Amino acid sequence: MTALVSIRGVSKRYTRGKQTVEVLQKLNLDIAQGDFLALMGPSGSGKTTLLNLIGGLDKPSDGEVMVDGKRIDTLSAGDLAKWRARHVGFVFQFYNLLPVLTAEANVELPLLLTNLSKAQRKKNVAAALAVVGLADRAGHKPNELSGGQAQRVAIARALVADPTLLVCDEPTGDLDRKTADEILNLLQTLNRDHGKTIVMVTHDAKAAEFASHQLHMDKGALVGEAP
Amino acid sequence: MKFLSQTLKLITINLKSVPARWGATLVIVVGLAGVVGVITALQSMSQGMVATLRATGSPDRAIVLRGGSNSELSSFFTRDQAIVIEQAPGVAKGADGKPLASGEIIVIAERKLRRSGTDSNVSMRGVGPAGFAMRPELKIVEGRAFQPGLQEIIVGKKAQEQFLGLEVGSKVQIRGSEWNVVGAFTSNGDAHESEAMVDIETAQSAFRRNGYSSLLVKLDDPAEFEAFKDSLTTDPRLQVDVQKEVEYFSAQSRNFTRTIGVLVSVVGVIMGLGAVFAALNTMYSAIAARTVEIATLRALGFGGGVVVLATIAEAMTLALIGGLIGGAGAYLFFNGYTVSTLGAGFTQVAFSFRVTPQLLANGLILSLFVGFLGGFFPALRAARMQIATALRAA
Repeated sequence: MTALVSIRGVSKRYTRGKQTVEVLQKLNLDIAQGDFLALMGPSGSGKTTLLNLIGGLDKPSDGEVMVDGKRIDTLSAGDLAKWRARHVGFVFQFYNLLPVLTAEANVELPLLLTNLSKAQRKKNVAAALAVVGLADRAGHKPNELSGGQAQRVAIARALVADPTLLVCDEPTGDLDRKTADEILNLLQTLNRDHGKTIVMVTHDAKAAEFASHQLHMDKGALVGEAP
Repeated sequence: MKFLSQTLKLITINLKSVPARWGATLVIVVGLAGVVGVITALQSMSQGMVATLRATGSPDRAIVLRGGSNSELSSFFTRDQAIVIEQAPGVAKGADGKPLASGEIIVIAERKLRRSGTDSNVSMRGVGPAGFAMRPELKIVEGRAFQPGLQEIIVGKKAQEQFLGLEVGSKVQIRGSEWNVVGAFTSNGDAHESEAMVDIETAQSAFRRNGYSSLLVKLDDPAEFEAFKDSLTTDPRLQVDVQKEVEYFSAQSRNFTRTIGVLVSVVGVIMGLGAVFAALNTMYSAIAARTVEIATLRALGFGGGVVVLATIAEAMTLALIGGLIGGAGAYLFFNGYTVSTLGAGFTQVAFSFRVTPQLLANGLILSLFVGFLGGFFPALRAARMQIATALRAA
């Protein structure tokens, strides 16, 4: 398989006062098209920082980040925003749905950044909600949904613009085991049946088992593939 | 177009989230309502005073005062000087062939104010028959006109509203003599409505005045005012100031409007600054409460410019609501409200607050400006926040 994501010599440093903290150290990584990768590691190991670089939410201090043949670490903030809108779907631990909007309106948000007509947007939203099994909850607001349902809405929002890559940060961190497994099964289906490339950060070894690959990080470096 | 639809969507989202933080939102709304309400009320007072004094007089009438006198109260002519003035070129003649000129005196009488019960000054104007003929706006609306030679007075409607004991039929003691109130008049709401009027000859006799405070003349043609003025100011027998009647009364409001202008500026700046800080506080709170939402939208691909515009638009919308409430409050509570204040002649001039469309528009513009300032800096903060960092605030 060809590499969809290619990371070369990436370092990330934060400066706090006089102290410089190196979160990622000269990291190299390839993620194949259609892969479902789980990034694991202890807190502070740099996995979320790496995920943010892959998703274009942050830029490395050194090195290159290429996604689908495009180098994204040199893009301006505006171009990076446009790139994210087109290529990345985000799933967050706490869903990050807008509380004042219905499920349908939340899912529609990424489509407002496209040139689709209102009718087309509505159709795509309905399709995305159907994929996650929540067609009947379209008119509900986040506070009227369970945690699992809210995360499904978030996944529908991540999918609706048909992004190149799904980036999931602890997507089951706020859910019970049973619901977490349902969400992970859904991600697995999206990967297997819809060919979506997924990069998932998780603490949970059981969650990581749903991925096709697992990588462990420690102190800002990849320390090897999990068995 | 896409930028616009994104911005509108974000504004909608922002405004929909307002009920979730009513407390903070009320700060900006109430703050602006207060600022706009107070400033509009103050300005409407100034507008009312100016309108009342500017409505006084007619372009074809001129008033003559002793040279150097600021008002009728400090002016004096002898009867001989008055005759010289009446004969000046440009003075219109009445049907009887006599000059349309009215030598008048002003006497101050103390009366109790209706609203406070405290003593204040009301002007008593002694006028002759020509004084009525020259003032067609003056209309008796109750009772009758005074009769020459009798101690009778007629009272302006606004003076009746402001002072106690000036009702038709009542008797008033003025400087040791008793006068019967026989009528009430209106005068298109101008400054004369705050006065009482008596027969000039009777007043001169009762108050031991042998001359006049001022002389009001009607001109043949308003365009001949300069010629009339020159003829008097170059006459060696006279030392006079000649003004168009309209300009004389407009000038009486100058000090008042200047004082109100300073007051509006000082109050406006202080309250305006307070409102800006209130708006800043509200919007910084709103941004802080929505850090994750904004970061999420930015992560999804919404640009910083959209976030800036939507935040400013939210602040301006809230400020506009406050401005509308303040303007409506000023209109409801103050428009038409009649008060009196000391005019240039140390006498009370009654006038009504005038909340004009222009003042309301000014109030809304001010609230939008404050809203813009209050939204701008929080908007910049929202647009500049590090997405990855902000997302961790969840």
